[in-house]
Amino acid sequence: MAPALEPMVGRYVRLEIDGVPHRVYFEEAGPKDGGGIPLVCLHTAGADNRQYRHLMADPEITSRFRVLAFDLPWHGKSTPPDGWERGEYRLTTQSYTAAIRAFCQALELDKPVVMGCSIGGRIVLNLAIAHAAEFRALIALEAADFQQPWYDTAWLHRPDVHGGEVCAALVSGLVAPQSPAVSRHETLWMYMQGGPGIFKGDLYFYRVDGDLREKVKTIDTRVCPLYLLTGEYDFSCTPEDTLRTAKQIPGVEVTIMKEVGHFPMSENPAQFRKYILPVLDKISR
Amino acid sequence: MTPADRFARLTDLLPADTDLIRRGRWLAVDCRVDVGSEPFFLSIREGALTALDRGARLMRSTAFSYRATDEAWTNYWKPIPEPGWHDLFALTKRGAASMDGDLRPLLQNLQYFKDLLALPRREAV
Repeated sequence: MAPALEPMVGRYVRLEIDGVPHRVYFEEAGPKDGGGIPLVCLHTAGADNRQYRHLMADPEITSRFRVLAFDLPWHGKSTPPDGWERGEYRLTTQSYTAAIRAFCQALELDKPVVMGCSIGGRIVLNLAIAHAAEFRALIALEAADFQQPWYDTAWLHRPDVHGGEVCAALVSGLVAPQSPAVSRHETLWMYMQGGPGIFKGDLYFYRVDGDLREKVKTIDTRVCPLYLLTGEYDFSCTPEDTLRTAKQIPGVEVTIMKEVGHFPMSENPAQFRKYILPVLDKISR
Repeated sequence: MTPADRFARLTDLLPADTDLIRRGRWLAVDCRVDVGSEPFFLSIREGALTALDRGARLMRSTAFSYRATDEAWTNYWKPIPEPGWHDLFALTKRGAASMDGDLRPLLQNLQYFKDLLALPRREAV
């Protein structure tokens, strides 16, 4: 019997981010005969590219798009840079933007679509602000210009609290109650596997460095179309946060997704598919 | 049945969930949960409830407290809670609940406590 292989393939790419050598892991799946519109997917804080495995296994998407999902440095199978043990990890607007652009350039992607969730959604807004002409379209999931914090991130990295378990338990509330138990727990498993202090370091970008209030007003959707999709059960980036952001951006398309929380692509792939396919249809026209 | 009456059923609901007790097996703590205006004092040892004292107790010392309004608990315990009422932190963010004291045992066993305090959801009212 033939092995039950899934369609995505994983590889490592060597690249430099801000002059620092990195070894970045990514997975991809696309049309059988090559080509396809590049669709680069950005995982949430403290997680990795596996969140997009359902997209990469969906022929209706991969027949038209070359879906690529990479692990940010320090996440998943992307190793931290040499000397990581001598400093505290902190993601910034600048370093995150540089990582995405370096990946797209290293893979020689021609005007890719970028879709990111949570911190990935926030940085997509920054791409729309600062680098819109480089992209065919931008999709921000669970994104807003700013969100009110709802816990103290100091609890995420200390020796008397298990980092993986507390990260997973905190974000478990962001999964919609309707999401299938299997998908809920697979989503949480990725949080349990994050490196020490990495979720906290990602949230530095989210909470401190990546405040995009006022800046989103400069987004020009005529240069690059922008789509915002947020789950109704996301109380971290609430639908109100996304709608407030959308009001400031002429031409943006915004959707509030029913029965979905903060991790649409991994917590309820079937429900997310209903919302993302029409967006991808528009982009591929 | 009032929200406090539903919470009092914890003495039957927790023993029925042996997996939850297993997940709390490292836990030994005394804490307080307020359901509306009614305080409950929980003594937890090895994941099991050894006491659930309902009502005020003079000078009872606890590690931490979690307090929420009757409205918050009623919504939280719906079979499918509405958005914004579905998680302990969603309740605190909207101002319908608060937590104070030494939060370390809570954060060390966070999923246990989330699941413990959600147990009344399993019983129809």
